[in-house]
Amino acid sequence: MSTQETAELAQFGLGELEIRQALGRVKVRDVDYADLYFESRVSESVSMEEGIVKRATKSVSQGVGVRATAGEKTGFAYSDELTRKDLEIAADTARYIANSPQGAGTLPVTHRQRPNRDLYPAETSVADIATHERVDLLNLIDAEARRYDPRIKNVMASFNTEYKIVVVATSEGLLVGDVQPLSRLQVTCIAEEHGNRQIGTFGGGGRVGFAFYSERDRYRHYAREAARQAILNLSAVDAPAGIMTVVLAGGWPGILLHEAIGHGLEADFNRRKTSAFSNRIGTRVASELCTIVDDGTLPFRRGSLNMDDEGTPTGRAVLIERGILRGYITDRLNAKLLGIPLTGNGRRESFQSVVLPRMTNTFMLAGESDPQDIIRSVKRGLYAVSFGGGQVDITNGKFVFSASEAYLIEDGAITKPVKGATLIGNGPEILTRVSMVGHDLKLDEGIGTCGKEGQSVPVGVGLPTIRVDEITVGGTKS
Amino acid sequence: MASQELKSADKNFAELATDLLSRARTHGATEADVMVADGETFSVQVRLSAVDRLTKAREKRLGLRVFFGKRSASASTSDFSKESLDRLVSDTCALAKAVVEDDQSGLPDGNLTAKDQPDLDLFDSTSLETEAQIDLARRGEAAALAADPRITNSEGAEFDSSSGRVLLGNSHGFLGEYRSSTFSISVSPIATAPDSGSMQQDSWYAVRHRFARLDSPESVGQEAARRAVRRLGARKLSTRRAPVVFDQEMAAGLLGNLFHAASGYALYKGASFLIGHLGKRLAPELVTIYDDGRLPGGLGSRPFDGEGLPTRKTTVVERGMLTSYLLDTYSGRKLGLASTGNASRGVGESPSVGPTNFYLVPGTTAPAEILRSVREGLYVTELIGFGVNMVTGDYSRGAAGFWIENGELAYPVEEITIAGNLKQMFADIEVVGSDLEFRGRIASPTIKIREMMIAGT
Repeated sequence: MSTQETAELAQFGLGELEIRQALGRVKVRDVDYADLYFESRVSESVSMEEGIVKRATKSVSQGVGVRATAGEKTGFAYSDELTRKDLEIAADTARYIANSPQGAGTLPVTHRQRPNRDLYPAETSVADIATHERVDLLNLIDAEARRYDPRIKNVMASFNTEYKIVVVATSEGLLVGDVQPLSRLQVTCIAEEHGNRQIGTFGGGGRVGFAFYSERDRYRHYAREAARQAILNLSAVDAPAGIMTVVLAGGWPGILLHEAIGHGLEADFNRRKTSAFSNRIGTRVASELCTIVDDGTLPFRRGSLNMDDEGTPTGRAVLIERGILRGYITDRLNAKLLGIPLTGNGRRESFQSVVLPRMTNTFMLAGESDPQDIIRSVKRGLYAVSFGGGQVDITNGKFVFSASEAYLIEDGAITKPVKGATLIGNGPEILTRVSMVGHDLKLDEGIGTCGKEGQSVPVGVGLPTIRVDEITVGGTKS
Repeated sequence: MASQELKSADKNFAELATDLLSRARTHGATEADVMVADGETFSVQVRLSAVDRLTKAREKRLGLRVFFGKRSASASTSDFSKESLDRLVSDTCALAKAVVEDDQSGLPDGNLTAKDQPDLDLFDSTSLETEAQIDLARRGEAAALAADPRITNSEGAEFDSSSGRVLLGNSHGFLGEYRSSTFSISVSPIATAPDSGSMQQDSWYAVRHRFARLDSPESVGQEAARRAVRRLGARKLSTRRAPVVFDQEMAAGLLGNLFHAASGYALYKGASFLIGHLGKRLAPELVTIYDDGRLPGGLGSRPFDGEGLPTRKTTVVERGMLTSYLLDTYSGRKLGLASTGNASRGVGESPSVGPTNFYLVPGTTAPAEILRSVREGLYVTELIGFGVNMVTGDYSRGAAGFWIENGELAYPVEEITIAGNLKQMFADIEVVGSDLEFRGRIASPTIKIREMMIAGT
């Protein structure tokens, strides 16, 4: 056979027969579904500080995760050895949950449908960039950031790449593989003036090749933005405390959607009825102006995938349509148990982790307002441009996220920069207060990582400029 | 299906390490170290009494760090085959030659590495059968579900057991190895308000090196239920300034922020609000903080650190004065100071600085007495978000807890933030409680801070 999958399987020193035997062993009478997930990952990182590229690391790992599900139960085992014996031990562990005797047969592979698109062609994302080229790039960044302003006292930059080959084989006869490149360039600057020290961070990336960072002068942009933010923060004033009108800029502030809405719409929480959004499909959870999607099919994006980690092609799920909650994002187990469509959101950090329903790229569609008009409409408020991270309590819906670049709006104009303020709100309520949506939808630069149950996966977010009439701003100034 | 069955093939890690060190030398490396780790884990999750997920695994990993003079690189692999290890040595050496010289880089001096490797009571050979482990998780969840009629649902209970060993060897002749095990249980019930139908989730947990020392599943489940139920009916607060009492877990979080700021890497990079504070007053006299790597049975204890230096007890804050930073060899050299034995390291990574058992020494005031001393204030039992700026100490996080009136918990509160600056917050510690308990590497008794900004409606 000369299929792509067989080539990818060969990467693991395995043939199709061994896969069929292992699946036969785990897919016993009371098991509804079983799958094998083979993963090989090479990660490389170079980092710079104090003007020198000091560190280079490389990590190689491969292994297999074996899973069986029976009703709501999941049996899962993984191993970093890929011998037949290891596969058998893993399969025996996984089928323990079904209390069935060992299976003996083999399962056929009936289809090897590859997703009929390639969102991140491997030829444009060669992982094999000479280390000295990475070193040169970081040196250029250091020079660019320091040139921006003499008050920049330290520049830290890191370039990380990951090259992942995966093969998924299921008891339903699917055998598919994918090659998933990923990289990220991150710059942090420390500015200092009269003992006042401030930090600025910027970066970007995606499922892209090394050339991406030089195209359109991106690396210079990252360096200058990190420097600009650090310098800006030198003159920032204390953030106000209390309820305010907040204008969120486009792009990365879309983390609001990820925290306030996205997690609460993951199917596992809703199957267990532990989410603040449980049983709310078809009800209003946002203003008419808000339509929110999760889309794993955007080319080269950090959150995109040709297929999810169960071999399901990714898609575009409409979560909220004109303010009405339309659907959840699902993996196989939860889609089946809830009897709702499979959206291609079954993701895992590695072969060592179980599949969970996770977001890909989550964003709000553009509206009709002019972003300038949105700012002009606010008498006194906060304009938040960039954020650190966010977090949500799924059950009561409370979320927070922290601004790393924000300004006061006074009489319709952006005035003073303010120090990092935390915004806090309630997921099912916050978007009902969106009163203006800009026509300037922007996706983030490609730096997002989402954590859930201890598993990190790359994600994207996006937002047009929006006006939220009321959010509690957690500053220090009354 | 005892976890014994997954015991890894008996490989002699010491020989493997010695062999790799000599191969690195053959490739021209002037110094090198090797870390090898393996382990097995078994995890059970139950939900509403039924088994939800069983996870079983074993893993191993080997990391090599080489130095070519002042240039250095690291690499790691999970594949211990000869071809893979050959590639590891040549890849690591090639990487090292591609980076820039760094004057401070290098192994610690050979005479500083640990001579003794005391048994710190980190390993327990107890092997739990699958059914036994399922039963422990079930008992925890059942206790939570039975504790109160308002406990209506559950995100489940989890029981994990794991064990493993770590070996570290370097080209100065250091070779050390230790084993450890961990047993843990957590329970996450959901409470529903009978009137409004609104839900609250909370959880409780226990973790120990020894199975016999673990809290009973029943006590963990009951505490989890108590924590979830007491959050029902939470209100918002209006924006105001008030005293804030941090419970043990939240106070440990604050201590974690302090650890970060006192670690050598943050300091030499200029990314800490504690730069230039060594020897200066940080907090009132009642604050003394230790990092003790040799506490018997401690969750952060280990006989040697990630570079092979002996762990020890470091006084970080003594009666309010910042007396020591926390350092490994590299960050120490950058600051002109000696390592404090805090090198922390994942296999195949360069060392960084991490806590061993980092804790605030308890005072004499019982937590209930601390609450009684507050006429009006906030008792914080949950903090979310990442609003801590290590460079400036600026602090603003989402909070939930209870409003205190006349020394009593009056009602639960949520959807508020608390804000201040860490430097000021430590200076403003007014009371340290008597209730120190270790549930992780960083532990603190309840503390009271004079005043913070609370943002709400």
